[in-house]
Amino acid sequence: MADLEYLFYLGCLIPYRLASYEISARKVLSKLGVKIIEMPDFNCCGFPIAPVNYELALSLAARNLCLAEQQKLDILTLCNGCFGTLNEANHLLKENRNLRDKINQHLQSIGMEFKGEVSVKHIVHLLTEDIGLEKLGEYVSNPLSGIRVAQHTGCHLVRPAKKVNRGDDPEEPHMLKDLIRVTGAECVEYMDEAECCGNTIIGLNEKVPFELAKEKLERVKAAGAQALITVCPSCHMMYDFNQPRIERTFNEKINLPVLHYTQLLGLAMGFQPEELRLNQLRVKPVDLLSHLQK
Amino acid sequence: MNILKVDPKFKNKIMKMPGAERIRFCFQCGTCTADCVIARFSDFYRPRKIARMVQLGLKECLLSDDDLWLCTTCFTCVDHCPQGVEVSSIVRALRNIMVEEKKRMPSVYKIFASNILKSGYVYLMPESRLKRRELEGLPPLPRSKVEDVAKLFEATGFSEIFRSAESFEKVEVKVRD
Repeated sequence: MADLEYLFYLGCLIPYRLASYEISARKVLSKLGVKIIEMPDFNCCGFPIAPVNYELALSLAARNLCLAEQQKLDILTLCNGCFGTLNEANHLLKENRNLRDKINQHLQSIGMEFKGEVSVKHIVHLLTEDIGLEKLGEYVSNPLSGIRVAQHTGCHLVRPAKKVNRGDDPEEPHMLKDLIRVTGAECVEYMDEAECCGNTIIGLNEKVPFELAKEKLERVKAAGAQALITVCPSCHMMYDFNQPRIERTFNEKINLPVLHYTQLLGLAMGFQPEELRLNQLRVKPVDLLSHLQK
Repeated sequence: MNILKVDPKFKNKIMKMPGAERIRFCFQCGTCTADCVIARFSDFYRPRKIARMVQLGLKECLLSDDDLWLCTTCFTCVDHCPQGVEVSSIVRALRNIMVEEKKRMPSVYKIFASNILKSGYVYLMPESRLKRRELEGLPPLPRSKVEDVAKLFEATGFSEIFRSAESFEKVEVKVRD
C-alpha cells in the first residue's frame, strides 16, 4: 500500500461536541498506517453560511482549499457537511470560470488564489477506496460476530449525486454497509434508510427533525438492530445527543445506542471501548458491550 | 406593497446564481414535492410551487414567506428532478436574496455568522473544551486567522448585511385545519 497522507480537516462540530468521534478516528487511522497532517490554521467550511450568503460560504470553503493547496495535500474530513461543502466548492470553482474569478477576487484581499490542485475525501472514501475492504478486513482481529447494527449514511456524503460522484448509490447507500460488514457485524436493513436526519433546521424548527429522528430510530429498532452507525457529527447529534429529548417529547422509551463508525471499526480492530470513548456516548451501549464480552 | 406584483425579470436574476441556472426547465411534474421530507409534514411548503413562482416572477410573494427556511438541504429533489433542476439550490438562492434585499434572516444564522467572524469557527469553543483536548492528548485546536475571515466577510459585503438584518427565531410547519 502506498503511503497515505492527508491533511486533517476537523471542522467545528467535532471539536465542539464530539471528541469521541475524533479520538476513535485518530486511533483507527493511526493503526491503519494513515498519516494525518494537522492544519496549522483553518476556518469553518462554509456550510452554515451557505443559506444566507453562498458567495461567502464558497469563499470560506476556498480559503480552506487554498491552505491545503499550500501544503500540497488532499483533505480528509470526518463530517458529511464539511465534505459536501468543500467538495462542492472545489468542483464548482474548478469548472465555473466566472465563479472562480469572482471568488479569487475576494481571496485576493487575503493574498490567496484558488488553483484547484487538491481533492477532498471523507473517511468513508478513504477506507473504501484507498485502503479497500479486503485490506481493511486484515486489520479485524476481533470480529463483531453476533452483533446487529443498522447504518445511517446521511445526505451530504451521497447527494447531490452528480456533485459527489463517488460511486455510492444515493437511494440505497452501500459504502457504509460494506464497511460495517467488514467488522463482522451484521448490517440489518430498514425502511427509508437514505432519509435525512433533519438536524440542519433544528435551530428553526424542532418538530420536523424530532419526528424524523423518532421515525428512523423506531424503524431501526424494529429491524432488530442493537445500534445505529453514523459517519457524520451532525447526524450523530440528532440521534444520540437529542435522543433523551426525543424520548421526552413523544413520551416513549427508545434507548438505541448510536456509534460513530470509527468506534465500531475500532472495536473490531481490538481497541478497548474506553479507548474509543464509548463511555462518552449519551445513550450507553450497555447491551452491545456485554454482548461483545460474551 | 402588493405581494402579487409580478417581476418577469426575477428568474433571470435567479438563473445567474450558482446551482439555480436551470429553473426554466422545470415542467412542473412535482417529483420534488412528492419526495420532499418537509412537504410530508407541511401542507404549505411545496418545492414544485416555489419553482413555478420563480418562473412566473412572483418575487414579493416568495420573499415574504419564511417557509423557505424549512428546506433541510437533503438534496433529494436535486437527485430526482428529471429536468436537472436543482430545486434546493433555488431555495438557497431565494434565501440569500431574502437576507440581502429584505434584510431578514433567522437568528440562528446570525449567531453562526457572528461566531465565525469572532473565532473562525461556527461555535465559540469554551476554554474548558480546549483544555480537555489537551488532557485527552489531542493536538491543540488551531487559532483561525480571524483577520482573513473578517476580510472575506467584508469582500463579499456580508458583514454589513448580517449586522443590519432583522432576525426571527422559529418557523412552524403549517397544516390545514
